[in-house]
Amino acid sequence: MRRESAAESGSLVKAATTARELGVVLMLDRALVAAGWIGAVLPTVVLLLIVVFLVHSAFSSVLYNGLHFLTGTEWNLGNLYVSTTTVRNGVKAAQGASYGALPLILGTLLSSIIALVIGVPIAVASALVIVERLPRGWSVPFSVALELLAGFPSVVYGLWGLIVLGPFLAHHIYPTVARVLGFIPFLGGQTGSGLGLLTSGIVLAVMIIPIVAATTRDLLAQVPPPTREGALALGFTGWEAARLVSLPWIRAGVFGACILGWARALGETMAVLMVSGSAANTIPSNIYGPVSTIAATIVALLDSALTDPTGLAQSALAEAGLLLFLITFGSNILARVILRRAGGTALPVGRGI
Amino acid sequence: MSLSRRLSDALVWALCGLALLLVIIPTVDIIVGIVVQSAPSWSWKLLTTPTHGVAGGLQNAILGTIVLIVGTVVVAGFVGVLGGIYLAELSGQRTGALLRFFSEVLAGIPSIVIGYVGYVALVITLGWGFSMLAGVLALSIMIMPYIMKTTEASFRQIPNTYREAYVALGLPRVVGLQKVLLPPAIPGVLTGLVVALAIAMGETAPLIYTAGWTNALPPHQLTHQPIAYLTYVVWAYTNQPFAQSHALANSAALSLIILLLVLILASRLMSWQSRRFTTRMQA
Repeated sequence: MRRESAAESGSLVKAATTARELGVVLMLDRALVAAGWIGAVLPTVVLLLIVVFLVHSAFSSVLYNGLHFLTGTEWNLGNLYVSTTTVRNGVKAAQGASYGALPLILGTLLSSIIALVIGVPIAVASALVIVERLPRGWSVPFSVALELLAGFPSVVYGLWGLIVLGPFLAHHIYPTVARVLGFIPFLGGQTGSGLGLLTSGIVLAVMIIPIVAATTRDLLAQVPPPTREGALALGFTGWEAARLVSLPWIRAGVFGACILGWARALGETMAVLMVSGSAANTIPSNIYGPVSTIAATIVALLDSALTDPTGLAQSALAEAGLLLFLITFGSNILARVILRRAGGTALPVGRGI
Repeated sequence: MSLSRRLSDALVWALCGLALLLVIIPTVDIIVGIVVQSAPSWSWKLLTTPTHGVAGGLQNAILGTIVLIVGTVVVAGFVGVLGGIYLAELSGQRTGALLRFFSEVLAGIPSIVIGYVGYVALVITLGWGFSMLAGVLALSIMIMPYIMKTTEASFRQIPNTYREAYVALGLPRVVGLQKVLLPPAIPGVLTGLVVALAIAMGETAPLIYTAGWTNALPPHQLTHQPIAYLTYVVWAYTNQPFAQSHALANSAALSLIILLLVLILASRLMSWQSRRFTTRMQA
């Protein structure tokens, strides 16, 4: 009897606390939703702020340079030591200032395309042989290599390209390639110091391999075994089964990973800055020549841009950054559209790790 | 089977094996190259002396890197985890898709563009100067979408029966999230945070014009004092024409690789833990 009442009063106390707590719980719930909403909206707000800021900063450069920005080949702050200024479309500029980004645009596009041409086949082929051909234990060193390649800081790639890969290629590979394949346009001629377009492309290729290879490996592992086994039972060789069954199955996902890798190569700054040979205002005459990219130029010139009292140099860098952003954004959208048409798996997201 | 088909099969797999070598060899070569370059000049004194002119040690850079990446993961982790929980558990489908899309676009912004905006907006316009706060914010903007995505993914992999269970028990949503959904999601969230540390550690471009550089140890104030970090040493000291600068750059690269290995190991342990959770959930 006593025990029962004790239990009863206990539960009554408990009910009372719960009722009192209910208000607290409701408040907590509302607080969580509000905090979560703020967290989820913040990236969008930051993105809008960045875009507005870039457009605002780039405005005077767009007015001053017009289309010349895309077609001109000379990036020149002008004479900053005389007080006379040129005025065009209402924008003041230092005398003789010219902002033509064509060499940078070409350098950015070419180095990233070379990276795709070299990196994607290596990535897909290595994932294919790991999943479909080699014993399961072999995938461990492969996975470790991919994880490390994805994790190395880009300055480490730059250092490696500068002191190991560049000199090696310049001494042992490029002269032979130029001699044997010299009849192909842009592959012959002077091979230079090993710092330039092709070396940048190769370093970028190594950097995008983990993105493409890891995605390909994971997708290949998801191909239903019966489809492949069916092909093998019909007398396909391993390669024919891969070419006609597995690879078509995962095409869309691999394509998405390629676009992601391309975006990374487009925006890569430090590694390219260190191995591109940092050419200013030149379009290389062959594939070995020094280049510069949009991202590397922003790092290299931001310091000196501030010395321009008219502020146009800074504005021109903002326009270059905006252009780079638009290219990566456009490639992302394009990948989505194509993937939706292909009805494939979703585009992988991230910075490659 | 015809000879030509068998030959082409063998040839293709040989090429694929070659491709595999082309993945593994650069990985080994990067590590070996940097170890070999930095081995002659490596000494434990590097860890206890700051940089000095064109040479010296790495104490200021290592401590600065740790301060920067921990600060970044605190700021970006706070925002990203809350946002990820919101996207996975609380948001409507259409709002969620829209917010997710913009977050992915933010993740795709080249890091140097974030560095430019951070420099002109925070360092110059707001007048913070080269500072820890500017560096941490620039890194956080880069890392935020990543943490949000990994958090959302680790909540989404929890089976719906868990949610039905706490609703059926009459638990309020906050309690359900905390007591039922959070425990199985935590290993995945933590793995994401550790990988975010690794990404933040490797960045240079957003920091050059926001964090600046100094020979001094990390400052005690948020603004107006530059802070040192390892990746800067690798880049800037390589450009110096002195042998001891190059040695220091290589040692900095080696320190970065060692830190990376530690972080990868930690994330491995956590994802192993999270897989144990997943199998228990499915059982």
